[in-house]
Amino acid sequence: MARPIVIVGASLAGLRAAQAIRASGHTGEVVVVGAEERPPYTRPPLSKELLAGEHEPEQCALPSDKVDVDWRLGTRATGLDLARREVVLGGDEPGVGDQPRSGDRPRGGGERLGYDKLLIATGARPRHWPGEPIELDGVFMLRELDDALALRAALGTCSRLAVVGAGFIGCEVAATARKRGLDVTLIDVAHQPMTALGPAVGERCAALHRAHGVDLRLGAGVDRFEGDGALEAVRLADGTRVEADLAVVALGAIPNTDWLADSGLELQPGVVCDATLAARDAEDVYCAGDVAAWPHPMADGAVIRIEHWTNAAEQGAAAARNLLAAPEDRKPYAAVPYFWSDQYDVKVQSVGLPARAERMTVLEASPEGDRLVLGGERGGRLVAAVGFNAARRLAFYRGRLAAMPPYDDVIAAVRADDKALGDPAAVVA
Amino acid sequence: MTKVHVDMNLCQSHGECTYVAPEIFELGDDDVLVWKEEVDPSLREKAQEAADVCPMLAIRVED
Repeated sequence: MARPIVIVGASLAGLRAAQAIRASGHTGEVVVVGAEERPPYTRPPLSKELLAGEHEPEQCALPSDKVDVDWRLGTRATGLDLARREVVLGGDEPGVGDQPRSGDRPRGGGERLGYDKLLIATGARPRHWPGEPIELDGVFMLRELDDALALRAALGTCSRLAVVGAGFIGCEVAATARKRGLDVTLIDVAHQPMTALGPAVGERCAALHRAHGVDLRLGAGVDRFEGDGALEAVRLADGTRVEADLAVVALGAIPNTDWLADSGLELQPGVVCDATLAARDAEDVYCAGDVAAWPHPMADGAVIRIEHWTNAAEQGAAAARNLLAAPEDRKPYAAVPYFWSDQYDVKVQSVGLPARAERMTVLEASPEGDRLVLGGERGGRLVAAVGFNAARRLAFYRGRLAAMPPYDDVIAAVRADDKALGDPAAVVA
Repeated sequence: MTKVHVDMNLCQSHGECTYVAPEIFELGDDDVLVWKEEVDPSLREKAQEAADVCPMLAIRVED
């Protein structure tokens, strides 16, 4: 019997892969395996609209019912046998937490699902608090819809929130909680929030949170979570006690590759792929979304991973098309990455690779200074642009970014563009 | 003609649609989306591509 195309991971990337396979006209069997019981849903609202109570779960649903594939939800992949082309489902659970499971027990033991071609889109999970496991009520992490619903309920009954980790999720949760009237302390060991976007963006984010009444504790490590049954305080490394009846641990994400640990695939920590998203040293295995590490032309051949919505959506479809294509028709995935964050009344948008920028400078700003674009420079070239409430202006940069033009040329082009927001030097402080 | 619906209660001006289908979608000076509500069927695929990249799932395409 012909083996199916198997997609492991039933979130955005997996869904888009399934849709692209059907859109291509492929009529063979397609199986989508997903660990969560829920059909695919979109995650960005979980730290924003859903958490704020403006959206309900049904508004987060992705249109998976229209895709004619075999959904195997509530089913965890626990192993991969490349030689036999089989995914192991269920049975021996993979390691939980951040540490790869020790290799003393044989992996697998569950059902084996043979594949003709495999697409890996298992996403990522939140990094756990690295200290002692926290056994206090009122301490949350955020990844799945049910996490968000539980946190939303807690926001309604608690009054003092401590957010540990001032990255994207931490900053958005802090903003949403302020909107809902909680006292919020935002804590990070880094000296700015949103460190992935560099200090110039981070300082603006810090000012934004302060202006909205967030108590920012930067350059501050967390020593422990204190309480008797329920959380009472977060103790900082310098001994300071931050009183809180609710905490969110938002320390970034780790790709879900535990189940691949002894598969032979190269993990670092995402699955290392070639430019077409094919897993290295494997046949007929493709990857998409948070789990995929692939060489991006804007990164000089270095492999990168992107943990954002648009990347998952576009890579899911692109990986599926390559999986179906004849070798000579496979296309490198080279889209200019895009992501955003909503905090208070500010939409922060990024195009390019801000994490690779050596420095970021303001290239244009409205006279009031409330709308602006920062350029990211590396080796004298433009590698990223980050806008604050500047959606339309980002098109100017996005169109240029793939070519990574000389930074000075970009500065000159912005000056010459009568649609630009304005000279940053003219901003009235 | 192909109909393009955008739920402006959902649209947050990400502008993704304006990259994949500039023939249909545009951000105005105030960053508010403007678009053609009826397009030639030859643009159907582009419109659907725009719907697929919309992070807010705000775009719907109908024949």
